[in-house]
Amino acid sequence: MTTIEPKLVSQTAKELYIRALKVLPPDVKAALARAAERERHPRAREILGVMLKNVEVAETRGLLVCQDTGTPVYKLRIGRGLAYDGPALLAAIVEGVKQATLEHPLRSSVCHPIDRTNPQTNTGHRIPMIDVEFLEESGYVELKMMPKGSGSENMSFLKMLTPADGLNGIKRFVLECVVNAGGKPCPPTLVGIGIGGTSDLAMKLAKEAIWRPVGSPNPDPAIAALEALLLEAINALGLGPMGLGGDTTALAVQIEYAHTHITQNPVAVTLQCWRGERAMARIYPDGRVEHGF
Amino acid sequence: MAEYRLTPPLTDEQVRALRVGDTVTLDGTVFGLRDATLIRIFDEAQAPPADLRGGVCLHTAPNVKKLCGHYEPLSVGTTTSMRMDRFTGGLLERYGARAIIGKGGLSAESLKHFQGLGGVYLAITGGAAALETTQIEAIEAVWWEDLMPECLWQFRVRGLGPLTVAMDSHGGNLYADVQAEAQRRLGEIFARLEKRA
Repeated sequence: MTTIEPKLVSQTAKELYIRALKVLPPDVKAALARAAERERHPRAREILGVMLKNVEVAETRGLLVCQDTGTPVYKLRIGRGLAYDGPALLAAIVEGVKQATLEHPLRSSVCHPIDRTNPQTNTGHRIPMIDVEFLEESGYVELKMMPKGSGSENMSFLKMLTPADGLNGIKRFVLECVVNAGGKPCPPTLVGIGIGGTSDLAMKLAKEAIWRPVGSPNPDPAIAALEALLLEAINALGLGPMGLGGDTTALAVQIEYAHTHITQNPVAVTLQCWRGERAMARIYPDGRVEHGF
Repeated sequence: MAEYRLTPPLTDEQVRALRVGDTVTLDGTVFGLRDATLIRIFDEAQAPPADLRGGVCLHTAPNVKKLCGHYEPLSVGTTTSMRMDRFTGGLLERYGARAIIGKGGLSAESLKHFQGLGGVYLAITGGAAALETTQIEAIEAVWWEDLMPECLWQFRVRGLGPLTVAMDSHGGNLYADVQAEAQRRLGEIFARLEKRA
């Protein structure tokens, strides 16, 4: 039996949405705890302490970490050797979001962009966002979920740099984005950067970077060095947790890149709030579901 | 830096006593509102159906559950205030609100209103809604349910905080101080990075 059942995908999509809002990934919690230990500014230490306590309260009492149920974003990653009905799986994810919203219940944070009406389901035209990818591995489907909060999502930036702007232009743009965002994206943030490609690919890569566990360097040593350098520079700005001053402005800087046109160098920056919410599950044709982050 | 425990409605004297860096904890009534609520009040010119005089306004749109005709709070957190910046003056001047609880701060324009009209901005830790929810005792009233979740909410709170006075009625502005310092450091950091390259 190699068929992936839409019903199981729907149930998993629902569970992932709720779990992502309640339980933070271990890498995020560890990064927050490390930051709290290192922080020298008293107010900043207190704020980081509130964040850590909040994570604990959310887990022990089964509460949402943040009120923002976000824009639901999914990645459906399909392994080799499986039989599946693609459109049915996409519909199953939408159904999972609706069920999570109505049954938990969750706040519906999704509305029409012009008339602002809210369907009260966290779904709508093209929402949830679902990216479909293919895995090298065989025998399972991976479903990843990120409820992207608006405070940080509103702090997304794109600049079409030129070759003459060079590497310094990239560094300058990233730092300016972080300073201009100030306390609005709920720092300490995870800074996702996409370099190269086209305008849309650059932003997609910036988003790709924040799916990575916090503090996982890019496998390319030159890119990893740029990540480390930018993280140090950002944390030297003194913006601190919630923009109220301190040493901890970012938990990590993560970069993804693509080759680009000889005349251009797009750079996209997206900020993820301190919660770094994401959840993942592997779904097998025999009905097993393995949960992770 | 002083610590205050206050119960709204707040008086002019109570608000004027608060200085940047002080800590406030609240008991009693707090109103929840944000984007759509304020658009209705000011752009659609519908007076708020609650008395906001001396009131504390929390920038929020909660997760709730309706049980037997009333709402239970499931998750009450705080949103980014800057989107609601242009409504600060009206909330204070026309409707008598005295304090705004939010995250990320408001503009220099709002600071002028806090100075002129006797208001204060109280910063809460964003994203810490689980903790905030445990400080909400009840949802006492809700108006404009058609705007769900951005209705006008009346919460009863106990020990809501700690809130940091981040903008006060004397021109104090913690965000502006931190921003100015970050801008200054930005110049130094660029110089260092560009030399290394």
